[in-house]
Amino acid sequence: MSLVRFFKTIFMIDFLTGLIMAIKEIFKPKKTINYPFEKGSISPRARGEHALRRYPNGEERCIACKLCEAVCPAQAITIESSEREDGSRKTTRYDIDMLKCIYCGLCEQSCPVDAIVQGPNFEFATETREELYYNKEKLLENGDRWENILAANINADSSHR
Amino acid sequence: MAELFIFFEQIYRILFLLIPVLVSVAMIVWLDRRVWAFVQKRRGPNVVGPFGLFQTLADALKYIFKEIIIPASSNKVIFILAPIVTMTLALIAWAVIPFSETFVLADINVGILYLFAVSSLGVYGIIMGGWASNSKYPFLGAIRSAAQMVSYEVSIGVIIINVLLCVGSLNLSDIVLAQKDLWFVIPLFPMFIIFFISALAETNRPPFDLPEAEAELVAGYQTEYSGMMYAMFWLGEYANILLMCAMGSILFLGGWLSPIDLFPFNVIPAPIWLILKILFLFILFALIKAIVPRYRYDQLMKLGWKIFLPFSLIYVVLTASFLMYFDLLPGN
Repeated sequence: MSLVRFFKTIFMIDFLTGLIMAIKEIFKPKKTINYPFEKGSISPRARGEHALRRYPNGEERCIACKLCEAVCPAQAITIESSEREDGSRKTTRYDIDMLKCIYCGLCEQSCPVDAIVQGPNFEFATETREELYYNKEKLLENGDRWENILAANINADSSHR
Repeated sequence: MAELFIFFEQIYRILFLLIPVLVSVAMIVWLDRRVWAFVQKRRGPNVVGPFGLFQTLADALKYIFKEIIIPASSNKVIFILAPIVTMTLALIAWAVIPFSETFVLADINVGILYLFAVSSLGVYGIIMGGWASNSKYPFLGAIRSAAQMVSYEVSIGVIIINVLLCVGSLNLSDIVLAQKDLWFVIPLFPMFIIFFISALAETNRPPFDLPEAEAELVAGYQTEYSGMMYAMFWLGEYANILLMCAMGSILFLGGWLSPIDLFPFNVIPAPIWLILKILFLFILFALIKAIVPRYRYDQLMKLGWKIFLPFSLIYVVLTASFLMYFDLLPGN
């Protein structure tokens, strides 16, 4: 053991340096955010809670092509469709099992009419499993509620689509 | 009737001491987590109550409502007794801590011996818990902690002899009053450092938290405990830490005495000074938890037996010869 090391050990120089550094760190700004009260920024590509969008005139975008159902790797989507009186094909049932969903975003990518999208909302925890079996009404309601943000996000990302 | 009156008076005095101690244990857990978080630039618990002060109470409430699981193969009586022993021993030691010249529950003339004996008994709670769990990790944790606490108690004992040589009394109030002119931290500074480090080992605090080393032993002797029994271990541990801080401030930092006998300082009530000193030592405990890595087991043993024990023994000889040579021995 060299003499310098010996004195460093006896007088605990390294330890005291660490202690002073720790005391300095206490007064530095925090790196974490105060989560429930302040939130971090979310990318426009964020893949959160699903929503079914409508056209501005109120017509559902979904044409029941079932591409999302086919592409879904977790097979979380179930679609049934029929012909409406005016001859257009529309879904009669559009269910997403949010517990099966792995939030990969393939349904959003496969959709030719931007009907099924994943919004920025990731705080949709519930107290029962049943509440996470989303049906068409729930998804359309989500779409209506988040439409402004969803449209802005799709617009922001449009050059990459 | 008179006996009954005395009985109730004593109970009142005990509660007057115990309830503040328990509340401060809760606050100190919060302070510990908060300091730890701040050093790591996190926020720590800050939601429950002002600045998150009631976090520990919320945790305790949660523990109360949790199920207590008793392993089928455990020795049930000892398993249940272990946390009770830890908690009780951590609390009874507070009886002799003097908060001011008059405010001390039991002013016995072997106070320091009592304190030392009770803190040594603390290892029984851990050994009982580890052994009664009948499981390998708790058992390893208990063996480690027995060896660790016993070896560091030896050096704490020798350090206490240093202080006693300068005081000439085992009474804690006398020890504090002997520091009226000069706190023992100045002449016995190396002993203070060794006492502090031994106190870390004695209370199983990082860097000496080998008995519960979560990376290797899951949670050491606490592995099989749950619910309120776990919380009692945990409260007992923090009460012990607080006790060690109190012991350090009484032995070396002049207990309830103010640093200088001048106007703005000597009007502050005596217990406040003791509390401030305990807080100072505790914040050091918390900072050390945040900055140092855990010791290896052989390093821990080497530090205790090969460095601290010889060093404090030599210091006893030095102190004794110094006092003899300059005729400063107390009592003549």
